[in-house]
Amino acid sequence: MSVRPQTLAEKILSAKCGHPARAGETVVADVDLAFAQDGTGPLAIRQIEALGLQGVARPEATIFFFDHASPSPRRELSDDHRFMRAFCMKTGADFSEVGRGICHQLVAERYARPGMLIVGGDSHTCTAGALGAFATGVGSTDVAVAMALGRTWFRVPESFKVELTGRFEKGVCAKDLILHLIGDIGAAGATYKALEFSGDLKNLDMESRLTISNMAVEAGAKAGLFPADEITLTYLKDRGGKKLSPDPGADYEKILKYDLKKIQPMVSKPHTVDNTALARDLSGIKIDQVFIGTCTNGRIGDLQIAADILAGKKAAAGVRLLVGPASRETLLEADRRGLLKIFVEAGGIILPPGCGPCVGVHQGVLGSGEVVLATQNRNFKGRMGNPEGFIYLASPATAAASALAGKITDPREVL
Amino acid sequence: MSKLSGKAWVFSDDISTDHIAPGRYFHLRSNLPELAKHVLEDAREDFAKNVQPGDFIVAGENFGLGSSREHAPTIIKLAGVSAVLAKSFARIFFRNAVNIGLPVIMLDTSGINEGHQLELDMRSGVLKNRSSGKEISFQPLSNEMMKILGDGGLVEHIKKHKEIKL
Repeated sequence: MSVRPQTLAEKILSAKCGHPARAGETVVADVDLAFAQDGTGPLAIRQIEALGLQGVARPEATIFFFDHASPSPRRELSDDHRFMRAFCMKTGADFSEVGRGICHQLVAERYARPGMLIVGGDSHTCTAGALGAFATGVGSTDVAVAMALGRTWFRVPESFKVELTGRFEKGVCAKDLILHLIGDIGAAGATYKALEFSGDLKNLDMESRLTISNMAVEAGAKAGLFPADEITLTYLKDRGGKKLSPDPGADYEKILKYDLKKIQPMVSKPHTVDNTALARDLSGIKIDQVFIGTCTNGRIGDLQIAADILAGKKAAAGVRLLVGPASRETLLEADRRGLLKIFVEAGGIILPPGCGPCVGVHQGVLGSGEVVLATQNRNFKGRMGNPEGFIYLASPATAAASALAGKITDPREVL
Repeated sequence: MSKLSGKAWVFSDDISTDHIAPGRYFHLRSNLPELAKHVLEDAREDFAKNVQPGDFIVAGENFGLGSSREHAPTIIKLAGVSAVLAKSFARIFFRNAVNIGLPVIMLDTSGINEGHQLELDMRSGVLKNRSSGKEISFQPLSNEMMKILGDGGLVEHIKKHKEIKL
């Protein structure tokens, strides 16, 4: 029987719903992993209880992460944590304690494999697409249903193919590419679609792919998928997994092409991610705070890039430098490499593994009128706890170079 | 649910979930009535205080972009809003709204002004603007979405059918 060539999205959703599914079709599919975090988990648990179900279908494939308020700054959030722990104890669902790190980083480090179908109660669940998993962010009710039944419904998305060639110049990295792409197509440019990256991917290591997939949702996409190749299998080590790629001749709604060599350091200006500009065109904008971390750019490679620029130097007077490793493993590795010393000697503050100030809960809330340059994925008004603050987004290299200068700086000026 | 009427509150393009349910109120997420007192506070300070049951939110492109926080549509519903009308919606917000039983309609909102009296017929796909006298037709929600909304949200849908039956 000949099967119509499939995109990666169609392929994975077909395998999980049990029949060849086409873009546009609605399917009910088995979910391999369902998770929530401490901002969405309590409501998800209440929805599971509202369903009249006491437990979860597959406790071993159900995880609650404590990362948004880590550690908790308020009694209300401590009580939310207690509520989540108690539910996990009762049902056998897994939980990831305060201090272990950000859900998306831990899913990448420990759980995701190519071909998996993953739903998470967090919009950046698309991060695991870097490993060839169809991973998508949903709300608390959707994740509650997936946890309770072990399956949920999906509309199979149309896909855009993003063909990449070449390699980045020095001082340019994955963050610059994805900001450039979002600036091109807009914050709603891929709404309801899957972005499927292809082409010459050997120059994009796993951490770069995670950064790119992480921000697929900032173009509105449902998923940001990479094929699983040698780089994926090397990253997975003994977790196992097979290569996976879309079929030749699969149907793509749109094809975008980027030569990595032509990408330059990019910055998103307040208050939308698609409000992009070249870093060098913004040089001179004074900053009060720099934050290097998050599920977008808090991995060891990101910290290494920043430390290489900051080594032996100090952040400019008047700039608070915050560094948040994405996970406990990242923190330990940064310690082994001597990066923590570099950050602290540069005047930096090391934050506990977690989401840190990105969500506006704690650890670096902006003052009114203050400007931050952050490596996170969002700069919406109020995002970092104060609607009177101004958030610029950039790569770890741009963030580190800007911390030294006290103003937005193209990192190629200091390399 | 099929016919709703109320007055319009007009919002811009790109209203994010941070505008709707700001992160600084993260600690109120398990206290939804309290969180609802701050709904859309960072877009329009006057909204939460003055919105009346039945009113409509009328917005531009990409309403609800950003996080997966279902608290955003939930507190809009708790505030008594009968439906959100926008030129387009962000994906997760759209699905969350349907899941919790908040009607979300995509239509050309450019002719609707602040305070206009609106009447929405979900099934026939027509919005009557009683203030301007104009009628705008729109594509009704997909069958799957209408089934979930008709059952009162995804939880009620599953309680009724004992499974996902779309």
